[in-house]
Amino acid sequence: MIQRTLVAEPPLDDHAPELERVAALEARGVWAGFGDRQVLTGVDLTLEVGARLALIGSNGSGKTTLLRVLAGALRPTSGEVSIFSHSFSKNQRAARASVGVLGHQSYLYPELTAAENLTFYARLYRVQRCAERVDQMLEVVGLSHRRSDRVGTLSRGMVQRLALARAVVHDPPLLLLDEPDDGLDERSSSTLEAVLSTGAAAPRTILLTTHDLENALRFGDNVAVLHGGQVAAHRSTSSLGVAGLRAWYAAIAAQPRSAARQLVGQPAGTSF
Amino acid sequence: MCDTIATLIWKDLVAETRTKEVFLTGVPFALLILVIFNFAIDVGADRAAEVGAGILWITFTFAGVLGVARSFADERDRGTLEGLLLAPIERSAVYLAKTLVNILFMAVIELVTVPAFVLLFNVEVAWLDLLVVALCGTVGFAGVGTLVAAMVANARSREVLLPLLLLPLQVPVLIASVKATAIVMGAHTEQSWPWMSLLVGYDVVLVAAAVLVFEYVVEE
Amino acid sequence: MDRGRDYALAAITLVSMLAALYAGLIYAPTERSQGDVQRIFYVHVPLAWNAYLAFLVVFAASIGYLWRRSAWFDALAHASAEIGLVFTTLVLITGSLWARPIWGTWWSWDARLTTSLVLWFIYVGYLLVRGSVIDERRGARYAAVIGIIGFIDVPIIHQSVVWWRTLHPESIVLAPGGPAMPASMLLSLGCSLLAFTLLYVYLLRLRFGAESLRHELRTLRRTSIVEAV
Repeated sequence: MIQRTLVAEPPLDDHAPELERVAALEARGVWAGFGDRQVLTGVDLTLEVGARLALIGSNGSGKTTLLRVLAGALRPTSGEVSIFSHSFSKNQRAARASVGVLGHQSYLYPELTAAENLTFYARLYRVQRCAERVDQMLEVVGLSHRRSDRVGTLSRGMVQRLALARAVVHDPPLLLLDEPDDGLDERSSSTLEAVLSTGAAAPRTILLTTHDLENALRFGDNVAVLHGGQVAAHRSTSSLGVAGLRAWYAAIAAQPRSAARQLVGQPAGTSF
Repeated sequence: MCDTIATLIWKDLVAETRTKEVFLTGVPFALLILVIFNFAIDVGADRAAEVGAGILWITFTFAGVLGVARSFADERDRGTLEGLLLAPIERSAVYLAKTLVNILFMAVIELVTVPAFVLLFNVEVAWLDLLVVALCGTVGFAGVGTLVAAMVANARSREVLLPLLLLPLQVPVLIASVKATAIVMGAHTEQSWPWMSLLVGYDVVLVAAAVLVFEYVVEE
Repeated sequence: MDRGRDYALAAITLVSMLAALYAGLIYAPTERSQGDVQRIFYVHVPLAWNAYLAFLVVFAASIGYLWRRSAWFDALAHASAEIGLVFTTLVLITGSLWARPIWGTWWSWDARLTTSLVLWFIYVGYLLVRGSVIDERRGARYAAVIGIIGFIDVPIIHQSVVWWRTLHPESIVLAPGGPAMPASMLLSLGCSLLAFTLLYVYLLRLRFGAESLRHELRTLRRTSIVEAV
């Protein structure tokens, strides 16, 4: 019985056909910004399934803009973004269904209760067995006791945790977080860690922006620098201490932007 | 699509039952306009229906402009509109849900305003006929109003821009509703059906067009 | 844009405008009941006709813009809306000038006049909404939506004001199907129609060219910023 099941499964070795490999996220030649001021000038980025990328960069380098483009909240001036090979321009509903987004804003309605907010978004994402999932998520972020309180009455930390629950209420295989560590209290910080590490059934792919290098190491397997409107450099974080990361980052950030662009001179795109 | 629309409407209605914002500000505002008009225009008994129909629809229009303005201004200011648009839903579902909610809110205001109007201006009304006229007029108003409100929610000086864009587009609704209402209240012996067919035609054509273009309005 | 063709178009427009002036002021016979005032008709009608043409172009270019997202369509719609608005303003002014001696009033809520006035407001809104947002692409999208919705609304607006007047007891002033025109008048009208249509096309090319240059400048500035950083 067990044998037969095993045989029925596709081979899991490294020689599996490349056809099966679909990137969780793929951005090609993304330009974005407003009118004369283009913040992103040709970003290429690929996230393989299961990758965890921390995106760092100075203030105004375009981290938030890039995240909004990748989330499908901002249409790029040019270029293309695909989520699990569904492009936002051609099949936006399929693309959106696979992404969870934690932005600067909570996206929560202050007049609705914590449970109502989650139920609302769960229904929009067509989550099966909605009520159970909402209960479960309230449990995970430790807000079960405040489920019937309006969001307007919750503390800032609670709202942050509820926003995190909202972002993953549909159990998205790809999670995009914009500075999730910004101003987090102790409790929220551990909740964030819990949500990021206890993934879904499938390995969850994560992209987060941060200005805290320690958190970049804590949450990311890889780290990339957004500089001069492009992904200027990237590397794995394994065997890299905070001091090492800081030195590496400082070297890239010190480059004049034109030189930073040449750094990308490597073959098209940055893949993780 | 229907599920999504129902969910979106549910959200707005729950929020309204908590704040009662539309009810508590829209209704007194509409009543106040009626009273102000009474001072500004002498509505003699012989022309009460004729002039009254105009007053009634200007009241609906002013209260309606404030109502539809709110439907997207709040969502935009709090950033929740982006949350909605990130979800895998049709953009037209957002439009239709907001339009239906605006129709509902305007209907509540109208249900209070019309009896007050009858009382204050002492006119006879064929209630059922008036209901049909008011519904058709409100659909046209809310249909175009919701589209324009979504547009100006981003704009500088949106309070002025909304009526400036909306009212010229509303000319057929205003004319037809006022005429049909006057007929329903017994001002003329004419038939009201040409006006009703004009209203229905406007509703169908403009709402269909709005459904098609709405996605370009909320795109970032 | 091709300089030579520009000059040729300008020359043809000028010649036809002069011909239209001659036809309208000298060749066409004086109308019996209205007198020379009627001659404003040779300016008024072609302006109105071209205003509608301009708004039709706005409508088509707006659909084109939302479909293709090319700045070309947006520049075309923008240019055409501006000219259409200027023409509509002139229609309202010439209409008033004519109405004063004929109807004895500067303004009458005649169906066509009223429609023109409402159109004027719609396209003022069209230009305002463009400038009301910081992001130009967003302004272009909003304008396109108004350009589409507004134009779809035009026949309904017209129908509503026609009924509004005709179902009204006092207004059978302007019954449709006025006196038939003599051939010389028709010819003059045709001449000025042609002249004003050429004028529209010429202005559109000028304005469109300026708009395209502005767009090009912006693109150049954008890329130069990127090169500089």
